[in-house]
Formats: sequence, structure tokens, C-alpha cells
Amino acid sequence: MRLKKIIDLLEGNLLCGEERLNDEVEFAFASDLMSDVLTVADSEILLITGLANIQTIRTSEMSDISHVLLVRNKRVTQEMLSLAIENGIALIESPYSMFKVCGILYNLGIKPVF
Amino acid sequence: MLYVGVSLQFRFHVTGGDFSSAGTASSEIKKVLKKLNVDGVVIKRAVVSLYEAEVNVVAHAFEGDIFVNISSEKISILLKDKGPGIVDISKAMEEGFSTASPQVREMGFGAGMGLPNIKRNSDFMDIQSVVGEGTTLQIEIYINNKNGEQE
Ligand SMILES: Nc1ncnc2c1ncn2[C@@H]1O[C@H](COP(=O)(O)OP(=O)(O)OP(=O)(O)O)[C@@H](O)[C@H]1O
Ligand SMILES: [Mg+2]
Repeated sequence: MRLKKIIDLLEGNLLCGEERLNDEVEFAFASDLMSDVLTVADSEILLITGLANIQTIRTSEMSDISHVLLVRNKRVTQEMLSLAIENGIALIESPYSMFKVCGILYNLGIKPVF
Repeated sequence: MLYVGVSLQFRFHVTGGDFSSAGTASSEIKKVLKKLNVDGVVIKRAVVSLYEAEVNVVAHAFEGDIFVNISSEKISILLKDKGPGIVDISKAMEEGFSTASPQVREMGFGAGMGLPNIKRNSDFMDIQSVVGEGTTLQIEIYINNKNGEQE
């Protein structure tokens, strides 16, 4: 599924990474634990998380993750935004809860990594 | 790739509790490895290991230094910190064991998965620790081992 469709479905807001709107997203992983995210060998995933701090973006950088979705309108700091831009990461915020986001995407065929 | 016999050396200082800078060493090394055209899987194994180790110094120690040596054969990482040390290393290596503070957990760490993660991603790992003094962690990733398991 195209990233822009995911953003529409989740009433999301793209904060940076416009060049990624047409990227295909096939797999997703949801966690608030960064060491958990760091166990995922695949890079082509959408990271769904409620953790909004600089380490969310650092973890994505180290894991080669290019699509990050923050649930429940977590506030994004300027520091996070700058680092996301520097690494070409598409950062999206959605007002929906983690459960709702996962439910919607799972139903539409986005696959889990484990 | 580097010529045989040539190596690059890097040194970084890490301050305990400074979560806003945690990961800058790993980020630097990632850029270097990319420039050297190291295989993407090997880069990810190296920087995930380094990042977990770097965050451990920030989360659990007072301060530390990171030394990275990159040669044509391997990426060698040495982390030396001043801190509380680790009482029971085999326990610390267990998945799920963590003494992380609430502040560390708030930053998204403290699952007790960092050290097992380093073990999984590296080709060699050794921890030495003196309680009340600090911890030394040595990690090696072989440039030509792409399968991701310890040999
Ligand atoms: N550099 C260090 N100095 C002192 N104690 C450490 C150090 N590194 C690890 N430890 C101890 O080992 C435990 C396990 O470390 P590990 O990295 O596996 O998990 P964690 O850091 O607690 O959580 P996670 O890495 O999943 O975010 C830590 O909780 C801590 O007690
Ligand atoms: Mg850790």
C-alpha cells in the first residue's frame, strides 16, 4: 500500500519526507521499546510507535527504517524533525491510538514481520 | 573498501544521562561505513551493536569512551566506562533482565534486550566489569560475515 494512502486512512499528517509519499509499504512493526525495534532485521517496514523522542529517530536511522508513524498525536520536537530530515525519514503523526492504527492496517493487508 | 593493512580509528566521549546525544557515535560510524561501501547487512549489524552499547553507557554509567577501529577485515569496537559496573554478567546477558531507571524507560529503553541484541549481531563480544568502577565491552563485526550469526 502506498504511504499516502496509509496517511489518508489514519487521518495522518506528514511532517517530513514528502518524497516518500509514493513508497510501497508492505510490512509494519509496532512497539514503544527501542531495543525491540532493533531486533527487527528487515528494514523495509513502517514503524508504528507511541514513543516520541529523539531516540525514536536514532533507532530508525540505525535500523534503516524510512517510515515512522507516531500515534495519538505525540508532540514532535524540532530536534526529532531535523534528524528525520537529515536521514530521509518520512515522519507521520496520527490522532488514532496504537490499537486502532494496527487494526486498520492489519485488516487492509499490511503484514507483520514476526 | 579499505586496503589490507590500512585502518581507520575513531574515538568518542559519552556522558551518562545525555539521551539527546546518545547515538551520535553510532551515526558517525554508520556514515563512514557507508562511504567505504561496506555491505548494508554488515553495516546494520555493526551500528545496531554500537548503538545498543552506546545507549547502555548513557543509561547505566557515568561516562565513557568509545574506540572504533575499521580495517579491511573487521570493525572493532571498545567501550570503556566509569560507572556502577555489572554485578552478574551472565544475568545481564539474559533477555529481559534490566535495572534501568524510570527515566531510562521513558526514553524507550530498559527492555533488557540490548546485550542479547549485541550478542546476536556481532561475531565476537566480551564484557569485563568491576563493580563500583566500570565496564569494558569489546565487540567485533567481521566485514565479510553477512549471515549475522556468531561463528
Ligand atoms: N555499561 C553498563 N554499566 C553498568 N551496567 C550495565 C551496563 N550495560 C548493561 N548493564 C546492566 O545490564 C543490564 C542489561 O543490559 P541490556 O542492554 O541487555 O538491557 P537494558 O539496557 O536494561 O535495556 P535495553 O537495552 O533493552 O533498552 C542493564 O539493565 C544493566 O543492569
Ligand atoms: Mg541496553
